[in-house]
Amino acid sequence: MTDPILTLSGISKSFPGVRALHDVSLELYAGEVTALIGENGAGKSTLVKTLTGIYQPDAGEIRVGGQLVTLPTAHSASALGITAIHQETVLFDEMTVAENIYLGHAPRNRFGMIDWRKMRAEAQETLDSMAAGIDAGIQLKELGIAKKHLVAVARALSIDAQVVIMDEPTAALSQKEIEELYVLIELLKQDGKAILFISHKFDEIYRIADRFTVFRDGEQVGKGFIKDTSQSQIVQLMVGRAVDHIFPERVAVIGQAVLEAKGLSHPTEFEDISFSVRKGEILGFYGLVGAGRSEVMQAVFGLTQTSAGTLTLDGQVIAPKSPADAVDAGIVYVPEERGKQGVITGEPIFKNVSLPSLGKTSKSGFLRMAEEFALARTYTERLDLRASSLSQDVSTLSGGNQQKVVIAKWLATLPKVIILDEPTKGIDIGSKAAVHGFMAELVAQGLSVIMVSSELPEILGMSDRIVVMREGRVIDTLDNKGLRPETLVRLAAGIAEEQAA
Amino acid sequence: MTDTTLHRSLPDRLDNPLKSAVLSWESLLVLVAVAIFILNSFASPYFLNAWSLSDLTFNFTEKALIALAMALLIISGEIDLSVAAIIALASTMMGLALQYGADTPTLVAVGIGVGILCGAFNGFLVTGLKLPSIVVTIGTMSLFRGIAFIILGDQSFKGYPPSFSWFGQGYVWWVISFELVLFLVCALIYWVLLHRTVFGRRIFAIGNNDVAAQFSGVRVDRIKFILFCLTGLMSGIAAVLLTARLGSTRPSIAEGFELEAITMVVLGGVSILGGAGSILGVVLAALIVGLVTFGLGLLNVPGIVMTIFTGSLLIVVIALPILFRMWRQRA
Repeated sequence: MTDPILTLSGISKSFPGVRALHDVSLELYAGEVTALIGENGAGKSTLVKTLTGIYQPDAGEIRVGGQLVTLPTAHSASALGITAIHQETVLFDEMTVAENIYLGHAPRNRFGMIDWRKMRAEAQETLDSMAAGIDAGIQLKELGIAKKHLVAVARALSIDAQVVIMDEPTAALSQKEIEELYVLIELLKQDGKAILFISHKFDEIYRIADRFTVFRDGEQVGKGFIKDTSQSQIVQLMVGRAVDHIFPERVAVIGQAVLEAKGLSHPTEFEDISFSVRKGEILGFYGLVGAGRSEVMQAVFGLTQTSAGTLTLDGQVIAPKSPADAVDAGIVYVPEERGKQGVITGEPIFKNVSLPSLGKTSKSGFLRMAEEFALARTYTERLDLRASSLSQDVSTLSGGNQQKVVIAKWLATLPKVIILDEPTKGIDIGSKAAVHGFMAELVAQGLSVIMVSSELPEILGMSDRIVVMREGRVIDTLDNKGLRPETLVRLAAGIAEEQAA
Repeated sequence: MTDTTLHRSLPDRLDNPLKSAVLSWESLLVLVAVAIFILNSFASPYFLNAWSLSDLTFNFTEKALIALAMALLIISGEIDLSVAAIIALASTMMGLALQYGADTPTLVAVGIGVGILCGAFNGFLVTGLKLPSIVVTIGTMSLFRGIAFIILGDQSFKGYPPSFSWFGQGYVWWVISFELVLFLVCALIYWVLLHRTVFGRRIFAIGNNDVAAQFSGVRVDRIKFILFCLTGLMSGIAAVLLTARLGSTRPSIAEGFELEAITMVVLGGVSILGGAGSILGVVLAALIVGLVTFGLGLLNVPGIVMTIFTGSLLIVVIALPILFRMWRQRA
């Protein structure tokens, strides 16, 4: 067996409160495609960023062709022949295709100036060798996403990359374009490149990959050859974790339906979505990234408008035109993008908590600070917020504590339905347990909770029922009794039952 | 299990409010204002005189009235560059109304009404059509003043009644002008509005992060629309005062007012990026700008030099916080 081109061993990387990678290893071989597989949050993107010089590992070593290397900058990674093609290709719209291909390593003439003619000719030659059908002289913005991927591949070829990382390259492509990409990957393989292929889609992995490596919770849990391994074995590796987190006991009594959606549709994001959540119930939403779960929730919260369907709250038809309407009706939303949509950084904790409740704490429009502090104290203490004072800027809090501020803000409005979108994404284990414990407490008090999560243990550990979505549609609604994680993954990814059995 | 969850009560705040008040930007502005006042009284023998000081107030009150509303707008993350053009259009419309025999209350209503309509138009373009306010108001700046030019050409409207002139020239008591009293009352109203009401709290939230504010149930567009209307209203009021003071309307009236108003807002400690600022700072900054331009006027410094001064001041006060941050990072 040949030696790998690129070897990672013992790589660890932590962020405040989060262990992103722990003692992981990875080998990439010339002329072979290695699939990197794992749930969201398993550490795949951290690994890509470590490989491309954006993150520095806390421990471990990287070898290229047997040589120990460090990758202090993105440029050093590309100098060593490592290049990445992302979901959203990082290219420059206003530049020509040739400039994009040769940016940073353009051919120069004897005066040290860029040799435009040579650059254009060589770019065209590379593109033609790929049968791309792209004119190197046009601006990149005139190309569609699939053609842009081709340009990115041409760039990889032009810098003589040894290692090509493809991070979900098919996410925005049509089936025909995906086929074209497969042809290109074959081309790269024949050229002796080592390819790291990251994808959620099993059909793609089985179509194109030679080897696989599975990550779970920042650790490498398995690797092997695709042809010797069944899909269900890989699914097992992805989800079959040791019980490292105990979910709270639930004593909620489930009552009448509180919020009902019937046939909700959006022109582009989702179609015919129906579900209902009952009093005292946690309704889980599972699916792959891009399945449209957050988009449905944002429509329920009034951020976007639906094109069809009805929403009923406590028997009354509602049609929130804005989040303010939804909050007034009793529906609140804890967003996934905590820093951008959840907390207002630059403002203290108490102002964040009181913002939606100012009507309650004020008197005829005038602020009453004592009431605000009291409200903020009541709800942050219920969530066991760790801070030095209520006037502390929320930007100085850890991710988990910021999430507690967002939840406290909504509890203070005394909602009927609380929607949590990836509530524990990127927060530490301790805060995770606190959030889970609190969710159990909420439903015990008669609230209805909708939880969007891509984490299987969380979905299975917390939900009473689970809605599975795929490509903007509800695939199934399941009672969470004796449900196996494999079933959910299969439904979400669209793998047929007999194939995985 | 010996694990005890320590439930300590979170204090309201840790820093001493008195100490932070002393170290604030506003106290620095007070020092600067006092220093310029002393400098002025040494520089010109005519400065320390009740009537001189009264004249001084005419120098800044009209712009400062606009600066009050502009401060709220900039804190919310928007800006209005068309305020001087709104004055021109409002003044022109008042002149036009005068030609049709309007009385004083009607003239005032026309001036203020036009101001509010112009502000609402800006607000609609920004919040309704989701256009950036800097581009919208550069456009309406030319539009509003252009309409004034079309109506007036190189003519001017004159002959405003004395009861109307009182708004710009009258005194409430001794040397205390109507303009100054109106400014002080408005400053108090805006202080309460920004620092003591729910509305003001939401302005800060929008300026710090309008996405998260919207996600928190704040009606962001509605509040921004109201702020554009308020800025239009204050421009309309300024148009009434300025027209009454000058006694005539020309299409070039109030040129450069927007720069001075924005300078007052930024010098007053309002972050040009939104989210922070105080009305007290803006009032002090207005006083400083008034003191400096009046002082330079007493020394017979030509108007063009004062424009250079205002421009330089604007750049310096915007650059200062950035330089300060760079210096602190190195230290």
